[in-house]
Amino acid sequence: MNLSRRNFIKSSAVATVAAAVGISLPKQLKAAPQKAESDWRWDKAVCRFCGTGCGIMVATKNDKIVAVKGDPAAPVNRGLNCIKGYFNAKIMYGEDRLKVPLMRVNENGEFDKHGKFKPISWKKAFDEMEKQIKKSLKELGPTGIGIFGSGQYTVQEGYAAVKLMKAGFRSNNIDPNARHCMASAVAGFIQTFGIDEPAGCYDDIELTDTVVTWGANMSEMHPILWSRVTDRKLNNPDKVKIINLTTFTNRTSDLADTEIVFRPQTDLAIWNYLAREIVYNHPEAIDREFIRKHIVFSTGVVDIGYGMRKPDHPDFTDKERETVKQQVSKKLSEAEGISLSYLGYKAGDILEMKNTKSAGKHWLISFEDFKKALAPYTLDYVAEVSKGNADESLEDYKNKLKELTKLYVEKNRKIVSFWTMGMNQHTRGTWVNEQAYMVHFLLGKQAKPGSGAFSLTGQPSACGTAREVGTFSHRLPADMVVTNPKHRAIAEKIWKLPTGTINPKVGSHVMKIHRDIEDGKIKFVWVQVNNPYQNTASARHWIKAARELDNFIVVSDGYPGISAKVADLVLPSAMIYEKWGAYGNAERRTQHWKQQVTPVGDAMPDVWQIVELSKRFKIREVWGEAQISGLDNPLPDVTNKLADLGYNPNTTLYEVLFANKEAKSYSWPDPIGTGFQNTESEGDKRTVLGSDNKEWKGYGFFIQKYLWEEYRRFGEGHGHDYADFDTYHKVRGLKWPVVDGKETQWRFNAKYDPYAQKAGTGDFAFYGKALKNLPVGDLKSPNPDKGKQKLDNKAKIFFRPFMDAPEIPDKNYPFWLSTGRVLEHWHSGTMTMRVPELYRAVPEALCYMNPKDAGALGTKQGDLVWVESRRGKVKCHVDTRGRNRPPKGLVYVPWFDEKVFINRVTLDATCPISKQTDFKKCAVKVYKA
Amino acid sequence: MKNNKYLILRRIIQIGILFLFFSGANFGINILKGNLSTAIVADKFYLSDPYAVLQMLFTGYIPAVEVIIGAVIILVFYSLLGGRIFCSWVCPLNIITDFASYVRKKTGIKPALKMKTVSGNIRYYVVILGLLLSFITGIASFELINPISIFFRGLIFGSVFSLSTVLIIFLFDLFIVEHGWCGHICPVGAFYSLTGKFRFLKIYHTYENCTLCMKCKRVCPEIQVLEIIGKETGNIKSSECTDCGRCIDVCDDNALKFKLKM
Amino acid sequence: MSEEKNKDFKATSRKDAIKTIFKGTGYLALGGLVWGGYVDDRKKPELVLRPPGALKEDIFIKACIKCGLCVEACPYDTLKLSIPSDNKVAGTPYFIARDIPCYMCTDIPCVPVCPTGALDMTSLYTDDILPKPDVNKIRMGLAVVNKESCIAFWGIQCDACYRACPLLNEAITIEYDKNERTGKHAFLKPVVNAEACTGCGICEHVCVTEIPAIKVLPLSIATGKVGNHYIKGWDPEDEKRLENVNSDVNNDKDNSGAIDYLNNSDDLLEDEE
Repeated sequence: MNLSRRNFIKSSAVATVAAAVGISLPKQLKAAPQKAESDWRWDKAVCRFCGTGCGIMVATKNDKIVAVKGDPAAPVNRGLNCIKGYFNAKIMYGEDRLKVPLMRVNENGEFDKHGKFKPISWKKAFDEMEKQIKKSLKELGPTGIGIFGSGQYTVQEGYAAVKLMKAGFRSNNIDPNARHCMASAVAGFIQTFGIDEPAGCYDDIELTDTVVTWGANMSEMHPILWSRVTDRKLNNPDKVKIINLTTFTNRTSDLADTEIVFRPQTDLAIWNYLAREIVYNHPEAIDREFIRKHIVFSTGVVDIGYGMRKPDHPDFTDKERETVKQQVSKKLSEAEGISLSYLGYKAGDILEMKNTKSAGKHWLISFEDFKKALAPYTLDYVAEVSKGNADESLEDYKNKLKELTKLYVEKNRKIVSFWTMGMNQHTRGTWVNEQAYMVHFLLGKQAKPGSGAFSLTGQPSACGTAREVGTFSHRLPADMVVTNPKHRAIAEKIWKLPTGTINPKVGSHVMKIHRDIEDGKIKFVWVQVNNPYQNTASARHWIKAARELDNFIVVSDGYPGISAKVADLVLPSAMIYEKWGAYGNAERRTQHWKQQVTPVGDAMPDVWQIVELSKRFKIREVWGEAQISGLDNPLPDVTNKLADLGYNPNTTLYEVLFANKEAKSYSWPDPIGTGFQNTESEGDKRTVLGSDNKEWKGYGFFIQKYLWEEYRRFGEGHGHDYADFDTYHKVRGLKWPVVDGKETQWRFNAKYDPYAQKAGTGDFAFYGKALKNLPVGDLKSPNPDKGKQKLDNKAKIFFRPFMDAPEIPDKNYPFWLSTGRVLEHWHSGTMTMRVPELYRAVPEALCYMNPKDAGALGTKQGDLVWVESRRGKVKCHVDTRGRNRPPKGLVYVPWFDEKVFINRVTLDATCPISKQTDFKKCAVKVYKA
Repeated sequence: MKNNKYLILRRIIQIGILFLFFSGANFGINILKGNLSTAIVADKFYLSDPYAVLQMLFTGYIPAVEVIIGAVIILVFYSLLGGRIFCSWVCPLNIITDFASYVRKKTGIKPALKMKTVSGNIRYYVVILGLLLSFITGIASFELINPISIFFRGLIFGSVFSLSTVLIIFLFDLFIVEHGWCGHICPVGAFYSLTGKFRFLKIYHTYENCTLCMKCKRVCPEIQVLEIIGKETGNIKSSECTDCGRCIDVCDDNALKFKLKM
Repeated sequence: MSEEKNKDFKATSRKDAIKTIFKGTGYLALGGLVWGGYVDDRKKPELVLRPPGALKEDIFIKACIKCGLCVEACPYDTLKLSIPSDNKVAGTPYFIARDIPCYMCTDIPCVPVCPTGALDMTSLYTDDILPKPDVNKIRMGLAVVNKESCIAFWGIQCDACYRACPLLNEAITIEYDKNERTGKHAFLKPVVNAEACTGCGICEHVCVTEIPAIKVLPLSIATGKVGNHYIKGWDPEDEKRLENVNSDVNNDKDNSGAIDYLNNSDDLLEDEE
């Protein structure tokens, strides 16, 4: 770390000079604002950006947000913010905010796929949506429509969207951008724990002795948490160690005691090396008691492909097929020959991908089998396979791996492994997540204060909305899934639906929605709080399909981005502080806020848009019998079961789903909202002409409170308990499960988690219910003779082997390409690129590369280069001295900049289990433009 | 009969040079880059304004030898060829002052001071003063206010402000002093007058052809140089003559022409 | 002066001649005072950032011939030629870091085109056997952080300047400090290292505060100098500063200063008013 550099000449000395020439004026500036303070209103809210979940205070004056401050009472950030949070006050006021519905129309004002965007009324927008949805439902059934949802939805928005899709339209084709961000973490949690989301919380940072970042550039992506890590390091610089495992040098390395640069994808091998060291060389480090009581060993199939389509798909180019063919079979590399030797394979063998449709299949094995499978991951093998920096000596690299081992196995050393996209955006993302738990479980360093494998979330409500509400194609709220009849029954009961309404077939995940559109299987799609045409790999395919095929794309957004450009209908959405909402952060903390200001223009909240659409559909139009491809029996006609529920065939979805008797019992005005407005419930001063072309006057009930109160019923008593709506408006968030008004810091730990205590299995109980009834077998396969074993309250240690990525650099495409974010910009930049200060700070995405590589290409700092893959190319400027310093053979291009549209280059290979795209690896060539 | 041959030719050359500099700065065409203070020709060698370099030497700074060579080339070229030929064939301000003169004639505006009432020798004092001040203050003093370079830089590098400098010169010439800038103040022209004594290119007057129509005197910006008109055959001797050829253009009697004389 | 003088100016008599000389001197004096005053005003040391390799400001303004070739060579339009209203030496190149900073081209295209040596390539040469210019030797100014307005000093996780610095971790480093107010966060403060800062101004350009909290000042303004009467006891190299020290002793026997003091003793007896 840089503490030793303190003796550099400090700027503070020359700052005096700056003052002398008139730079600093802090005293004069202090005086003025106090006078005006009386007409401000401060209220608490949440930062719009990442998954850290910083609390902020918002100052409103004359119905405009004039300032924000970090909320000093917020436990996450205690009044601080990062550079993005610092600009929350400005994000809603960009010059090109979308303010009216816009549709592609012909000269007569009718929808025309090839028309130009023109302003239309909200009524006309809903008329067209209704028409297009009905057309698609008629032609293709419930699976003919889809929603690109979001990890940036408010909880209520996500819940309303899921309810409309899954209960109303009986379609499971709703999937969030969180698929790109957290799906592997989710699959890892579900397979390992049987329940989603981290055991630990941010307090681990203050309590731990060791922070290991695995593919997590926390310094830029979770800056406030990183400042907490830094503080921890400063408290005890000798004891506290920080290790940064990464594929390129980044700013997280600044503070790290050791930086380990590994070759992309080989984190799989490094985790197994650690496990092997523990099992073979440090058996004393194993927490035998913990393992005996709470852990089982398991493994799964490996011939699972890479989540790509088969090469015979007609829309592939020949170049694309060179990579895509691996989906069917793969010739094993030297390294894989060793890592898969436990299955009888050797280098050069062809691995036929037979389990692409059952990639998650796994079964129990013995500890001996587990140990045997780890045998190949020796220091020599792993160092050889995983060393990522050609300029580093093998010896130095081995020493680093040894040092890493030492930190993990050290008795009484607390250790937290943090990861984000490096491990989640990974064609074996689920595996590598599970490997993290493997190591922590072996050591008994999980679910304990200061110790644990901790998946950090990218988006502000990837946890709170996407995961907990379940805006995924396979999920229902509170970790339930559509494939489980019991779960469907629970949902149907809470939602007051006739039995059999919910579609039991998993819907299309993000990649599949895009692919379905390209295949003509989905013809209506609604994009909400998402920019799927910029954030999805192999973007050329999806944009072409959206623009050139017969379909209807609706985009609801605050600002026009690439997705809006691709759309047929653009709806202006109210942005975060223009509506009531709630987010849930990476440590399970749920935080609510109130509507602070009236939305701009005719923009309306997403909840309103969803609910207004529901008015256009009657039960008889959507609940009849419907064919679902892949299901033996069609979805039953449930219109004959309406009487008991008090519906008739002409009841609208609005009345069933959103304006039912219970909903209306949440009256507005409500004391909790005194002094605040509620556009959905009572309309607002703008008197926007609504979906019926009449002045919008509100639903008359407190819809956001209703949605919350109904939603929380799903998790109550099942380990997903939330507090009531009003409580969240009085506190700075609570970490669920909230039992008897108390939040939970460490789940599964009986000392802290009432559910774990209740289980009565000692100090820990991994009480998650999913995938807890497993067959038993050996490393190769389950043995049907041995029957199935129930694993109540136990978690799993998985053995997962090392396998190569589907596309690795070769002669023609010699570089790895990794994408990601920069601190200054959020995701596709639609908000932050419109904040002038942030735009000036980082106006464009650069191609970070090693100076030696740049030199070899005849390029230098600032030159324009093409970055080209088998799928597409972009032009960008070279940076060899910037924030990211890749080793030779790797380039890093962030994806926030729509002018450097890097997702035209990336590969849409996914983890076959989680369906999360690997944005961190594909092969490219780079040449001077 | 109106003949504007030399006027047109001069404008073509003035604007052509300007365009070459402009394209050097803006289109990456390397024939001429820089400006009239110093230019690089085809990325090969430099040409410099000798008066500017002289000022620099007076400040005590000795520039790179290329620049001195460049200044000598220009000095020798103008001295031998035409002296103030720079003023009428290259200097962009000439277009402005000519325009002021044209407007004055068309509108009949009388400047506050007639050409002859203000001494034409002020410019020589300015030459000396420019060098003296450069020596005293340590900075090339005329170059700080040189409207030719301000205008030229403005045209090449696109700054609007240079227009106000041009406007001042224009208004000064139009309302205050007839031919005020070029004929009375500009030390660059004065410098070339001083060095252009032995120039080759001169105007030759044929007395026999002269009808004493005096058109030449009406157009001449340095009217004092035409003292031999209608008196004797011979060269215009004064090196204050800018070789602009306007008198030749307007002469209907073939009494004036350019003549190269070694 | 030229022989073909204006007739009006020809001295026709001795009296006229004296008058003429007198008048000429008057012209010179008047013009000289006005013009010289203006020139003197313009050449004062300025808050202006010069291109890479520029000589010290007082010599630079002598040496620059205002040809604009460096401006034409700059690929980022960083360099501008000043115009009279800029309040700088008209026609000389400069840049405003907040608008467009110097992006530190590794091939330094603006310097070699300078015809007069006002931009001096040799000042950028490395000490290698084969001298080649090193962009990191450029010293156009020095970045100065105003701690009061730098949000990193408030605890905000910013450091935009640090990440943008072309000499990241050299010219700007991060100083870590505990944030006692929150009790669990750290300050990550940008610190400028004068030994490495080139004055390119990228930090000033990217700074997200309304008026940048980090600014590049000309070296002559940003840097101080310690008197030669004190030498670092811990640094043998520091004695080099003594090389040109003035060791003259004043042996003049005039002691009037002391005498004047001693003789003025009235104030010892009188009360002060």
